[in-house]
Amino acid sequence: MDQFTLNLLFVGASFALYIGIAVWARAGSTSEFYAAGRGVHPVTNGMATAADWMSAASFISMAGLIAFTGYDNSSFLMGWTGGYVLLALLLAPYLRKFGKFTVSEFIGDRFYSPTARMVAVICLIVASTTYVIGQMTGVGVAFGRFLEISNTAGLLIGACVVFAYAVFGGMKGVTYTQVAQYVVLIMAYTIPAVFISLQLTGTPIPALGLFSETTATGGEGSVYLLTKLDQIVTDLGFASYTEAHKDNLNMVLFTLSLMIGTAGLPHVIMRFFTVPKVSDARWSAGWALVFIALLYLTAPAVGAMARLNITNLMWPNGTGGDAVAVQTIETAPEYDWMLTWQKTGLLDWEDKNGDGLIQYYNDGSDAMAEKAAANGWEGNELTNFNRDILVLANPEIANLPGWVIGLVAAGGLAAALSTAAGLLLAISSAVSHDLLKGQLTPNMSEKAELMSARIAMAVAIGVATFLGLNPPGFAAQTVALAFGLAAASIFPALMMGIFSKRVNNVGAVAGMLSGLIFTLVYIFLHKGWLFIAGTNSFPDTVDGSLFGIQSTAIGAIGAIINFGVAYGVSMMTKDTPQEIKDLVESVRIPAGAGTAVDH
Amino acid sequence: MAEQSTHAKAAEDGAGYWAANVRIIVISLIIWALVSFGFGILLRPLLSGFAVGGTDLGFWFAQQGSILVFLALIFFYAWRMNRLDREYGVEED
Repeated sequence: MDQFTLNLLFVGASFALYIGIAVWARAGSTSEFYAAGRGVHPVTNGMATAADWMSAASFISMAGLIAFTGYDNSSFLMGWTGGYVLLALLLAPYLRKFGKFTVSEFIGDRFYSPTARMVAVICLIVASTTYVIGQMTGVGVAFGRFLEISNTAGLLIGACVVFAYAVFGGMKGVTYTQVAQYVVLIMAYTIPAVFISLQLTGTPIPALGLFSETTATGGEGSVYLLTKLDQIVTDLGFASYTEAHKDNLNMVLFTLSLMIGTAGLPHVIMRFFTVPKVSDARWSAGWALVFIALLYLTAPAVGAMARLNITNLMWPNGTGGDAVAVQTIETAPEYDWMLTWQKTGLLDWEDKNGDGLIQYYNDGSDAMAEKAAANGWEGNELTNFNRDILVLANPEIANLPGWVIGLVAAGGLAAALSTAAGLLLAISSAVSHDLLKGQLTPNMSEKAELMSARIAMAVAIGVATFLGLNPPGFAAQTVALAFGLAAASIFPALMMGIFSKRVNNVGAVAGMLSGLIFTLVYIFLHKGWLFIAGTNSFPDTVDGSLFGIQSTAIGAIGAIINFGVAYGVSMMTKDTPQEIKDLVESVRIPAGAGTAVDH
Repeated sequence: MAEQSTHAKAAEDGAGYWAANVRIIVISLIIWALVSFGFGILLRPLLSGFAVGGTDLGFWFAQQGSILVFLALIFFYAWRMNRLDREYGVEED
């Protein structure tokens, strides 16, 4: 059986499983559509949250970004897990006690202002839509590879599948299908990593393998994997893997931005409305992180090992010998993956100096210029290596059996689909439940509400697909921008709503608006207005940027502005009324948390 | 009279519960920041003497150690708060 058929088989079987579960647990009423009847055990909920959370960004994109940058991109690892600490300690139990369906309902009630609710809805829509753009980038890569078509065609087909999937589901379907998706995606991520870790270090646990000695040194005896990696990448003029090259300020702000954003994204917070008790909300966050950590502890190993494997494949005779021949790439079976990925347009090479070999090195490095001149190299000949393909290509790069490759294809699609569906649901509930039913047309029927939810999904996915064709960055980078937006707008409002009795309606609205607008404008100035390439005023580099802060890190500053403005404005305006102070008191104490109610 | 004092006591307990909760949160967040922003980034040069598998302890904290500490923190908090709920009699039924 060829690889294409095998991929189809794995992807088909996993989809049949998800759809089967969705049909079995089909959402009936609107309350089930949004929050699954609140009967979900913390472990189950943790697993579903993990599937919801680990998207194309975590699964498909993150290890690739770490692989080609090394230590500096540790921010993704710390940021996307550290946020759960904030969520568990500062938000989840209180929002569960409050007992409404959506984040914006809390903001509307706590700040006794329909305007505040409206602003929260807008913040949620902006952050979630940006997030979906990142997901669609990943969907394009995954579908492109597994159907062996161009990235663009893969994206368009993927968009239709995601839409059908989200419309079909509803949260209840989504909760149990997401448990299944979690199982598929964690197996797909860890199994190849275990194989590769065994190949390179003899250690079956990739997280330990990362810090073990490697046997793949070409007869130099055994050295630590990371030492070897540092040596070969610096030989080729690239920055060393384990050292820091980014300034501390940007790294801290970027990490903080991802952490705060994690605790401010609606599709994750919504999960904590679905547990039966306040104490369960605390445990749920812990269980979610357990299941997330299984992937996040493996990811840095996947990145480092893939970088080592790729470099060794490009320099089969060592970095001091001859590079790989074009003919070898075109004929040898262990290079088949390069031909397959070339079809997607995400990987390419060119024999610039016509010597029949493909030299992969950093042609931007001064140290390499001399070596290149001496050897007659005319630039890096591995001309395109899209970071987002690394995880999906990884089992092929390591020459693993066909079923592992099929499994990874199924896992990558599960990751992208589950999060895209969760986000579309959050967007659609924001529009239909909060915006239309809550504000504009309160007398809307249940049927009309469901219909408007679906229209909102269609519009969101249309926009995301259009922008996904020309994305503002690799999947995880675009997603990082979404986190910055959530960090600057939603998280401060939620936290102040619980931890301060003094912050009032005017303060909250002013805070959210200034945080959101500041962050959005800063991102657009560096990434292009509405993410349209070429319309940016500043280059998105540390040195070229407006305040010396990269757009992915600006969310943390936006959050500080939000806190500051909200507090300042509140102090200058009227104190909160007594019933709001009582509401805050009641949210802080677990006793008396009934089942949540809609209004 | 009796009713008023019960009411005052409840409010006092509520305040005590909240203060205890905030104290636990602050301590947890100090540890949270120390392992990630501290050991993983800013204090990494100070930890360069501790070698871990071909690199240093700061690299390990940035890529794995911080995640393990985060996990421990959340479970500690959930366990501690459930106990605190009972101490102040504010747990759910």
